[in-house]
Amino acid sequence: MAEQAGLRVGMPLAKAHALVPDILALPADPAADAAALNRLSLWALQHYAPIVAPDPPDGLVIDTTGADHLHGGEERMLTGLVNRLGASGIFARAAVADTWGAAHAAARFLAAPVCVIAPGETGRIVASLPIPGLRIPPETVTGLHVLGFATIGEVLAVPRAPLVLRFGAGLGRRLDQMQGTISEPVDPLRDPERVSVRKVFGEPIGAAETIARYTSGLVGDLCRALEKRGLGARRLDLIFHRVDNSLQAIRVGTARAVRDEKRLARLLCDRIETIDPGFGIEIMELTATLAEPLVLHQAVSSLIEEEQADIASLVDVIANRIGARRLYRLAPVESDVPERSIHRIAPLAPDDGATWPGRWPRPARLLARPEPIDVMALMPDHPPAFFTWRGVRRRVQRADGPERIFGEWWKRDAELSAVRDYFQVEDAEGERFWLFRSGEEQHIINGAGRWFLHGIFA
Amino acid sequence: MSAFAASAVVADLRDRIRQFDGRAARDRAVLPFGVPEIDERLPGGGLALASLHEVCGGGNDAVEGAAAMLFAAGIAARTKGQVLWCLTRPDLFAPALAQAGLAPGRVIYVEAGDEKSLLLCFEEGLRHGGLGAVVAEVARLSMTASRRLQLAAEAGGTLGLALRRFRHRKEAAAFDQPTAAVTRWRVSVRPSQPLPVPGIGRAQWLLELTRCRAGVAAEFDVEATDGEGCIAFSSRLADRSPAALSRSRGATG
Repeated sequence: MAEQAGLRVGMPLAKAHALVPDILALPADPAADAAALNRLSLWALQHYAPIVAPDPPDGLVIDTTGADHLHGGEERMLTGLVNRLGASGIFARAAVADTWGAAHAAARFLAAPVCVIAPGETGRIVASLPIPGLRIPPETVTGLHVLGFATIGEVLAVPRAPLVLRFGAGLGRRLDQMQGTISEPVDPLRDPERVSVRKVFGEPIGAAETIARYTSGLVGDLCRALEKRGLGARRLDLIFHRVDNSLQAIRVGTARAVRDEKRLARLLCDRIETIDPGFGIEIMELTATLAEPLVLHQAVSSLIEEEQADIASLVDVIANRIGARRLYRLAPVESDVPERSIHRIAPLAPDDGATWPGRWPRPARLLARPEPIDVMALMPDHPPAFFTWRGVRRRVQRADGPERIFGEWWKRDAELSAVRDYFQVEDAEGERFWLFRSGEEQHIINGAGRWFLHGIFA
Repeated sequence: MSAFAASAVVADLRDRIRQFDGRAARDRAVLPFGVPEIDERLPGGGLALASLHEVCGGGNDAVEGAAAMLFAAGIAARTKGQVLWCLTRPDLFAPALAQAGLAPGRVIYVEAGDEKSLLLCFEEGLRHGGLGAVVAEVARLSMTASRRLQLAAEAGGTLGLALRRFRHRKEAAAFDQPTAAVTRWRVSVRPSQPLPVPGIGRAQWLLELTRCRAGVAAEFDVEATDGEGCIAFSSRLADRSPAALSRSRGATG
């Protein structure tokens, strides 16, 4: 809207008034902007990765190393992030790259609205980006433009010394940081509200057993701190500061609020193998990024009813290892169409006892999509006498059906007259299959529908 | 008298060996099939609860694993508590499990990306001890891996079912390789008995106990898992009891 009227960021107010006479101008409030950016960083810290920092004036930097697989890969993570921000009225662009500098430039000049730069591709891709992507003062940008530089690649191609002599060491440092030749640690955002404990070592540590021992100690401290506030942890971040000034992090989540030292230590120690201690670790910092009030329940006495074993700890261990999305229960949906009759719910969701209607037998294996088969049927509305599936011709000995399933016209218009007639058939060897004939209702009556194989019984 | 004394000595020695193995009394608990002909062939009168068992389909079912899955589901349904079901290929149709007696509220599925993480989840589930049974659809199961699983099952006191599902029918020969599983079952489908009316009766299986620690191999003709997870001993139509007949009619719907 504003861009269509010809307004640009950084334009003098008088000029804007001339373009849009009834413009609503508000004084800039950098402090409030910074505070809002801080709040946004905290939100990202809770949802995405342990190392998050605001990148003022208008950005966030997230170290997603080892966190993307929990969100279904880098591309899906970025799309999800941009969509969630969009839903709350923030237009955002996001990029993933090897270095902070490259991601900064790509998010601002390449992302539409997301961009993933594959590892090792950074140098080739950032070369074509414009100079303002370098995070350098505006006067340096102007100076470079005056000298005739348009892209980062052109700046990289000329000798460094004259440039540094003219514009200072800042430019050279930014160029190196973008290429990853010098490291640029992200100073992670900390929230004084959150429960956090840290341990500083006189001598750097590196052995996995040592890390595990101190992790258990930190978890103990954290649990005592949580207990004072009556909280339980839902998400823990363990950040390792290495001697070479870079950070490594472990993030674990739990399905319910937990304050059990042993369980939390187990979850964290499981992931220690993903940490590269380099030349040693100086500081370990453990934060309960997400904490919830922990309500203690009275345990059911085994005299009254049989106690149910608590499997939340198992769910946590597996979910942190392979991703929480891969662990689920299947619950019924009220739909007659087989592929729509199940949906996934959380593994610890309360059991409402619902199940599928058991009137008709259902196959043990359901093919991802029905596979077309060649059939020979004697009568239009009878099960086939022979069918050929995956090149094997089978003679039907016994059959049961049809079970007619109508399309769900309230979902799509095309399903208004769609019909499937399901048959359970058994071949000469005793193998049982679930076949159906599909088509519009009048076609089926004429025997004109197409045949598919949808599932395999025992 | 001397025979009695000898058997008492042997029983005592067996107990001591078990104690050396570190196996508690609860580890000797079994899950009977409820079919006397099968239970009497198994040491202890049923499937040992705190141990690993292997199930594989015969013929084409070695790849599809449909009958083997229902057999495993029936066993898991008769245990108490939640069941962890580890899989790599998401083609399992949950309503069939419900029809084998395993209610949807009892099963937690784990979709592992590869065999390695599947075995990790399998072992983790067995070791936890709070589950009724853990079922895992695995293709390859080495001696080392199966021994780890067996030890985990003993430690957690949980029934482990390795559902062997091969990628090709040729690979199914690997089912003859030794593993540390206590029993090994092969489930093959058989043509069902013709009914007096059009329709399909209860499925018939040839259940082969191909390996059984401290027992002998055997073969059984059984009727497939019913709504309570029980299999039944198959009988010819002529000498079938009226109850069995009505049950098979019921299965046709």
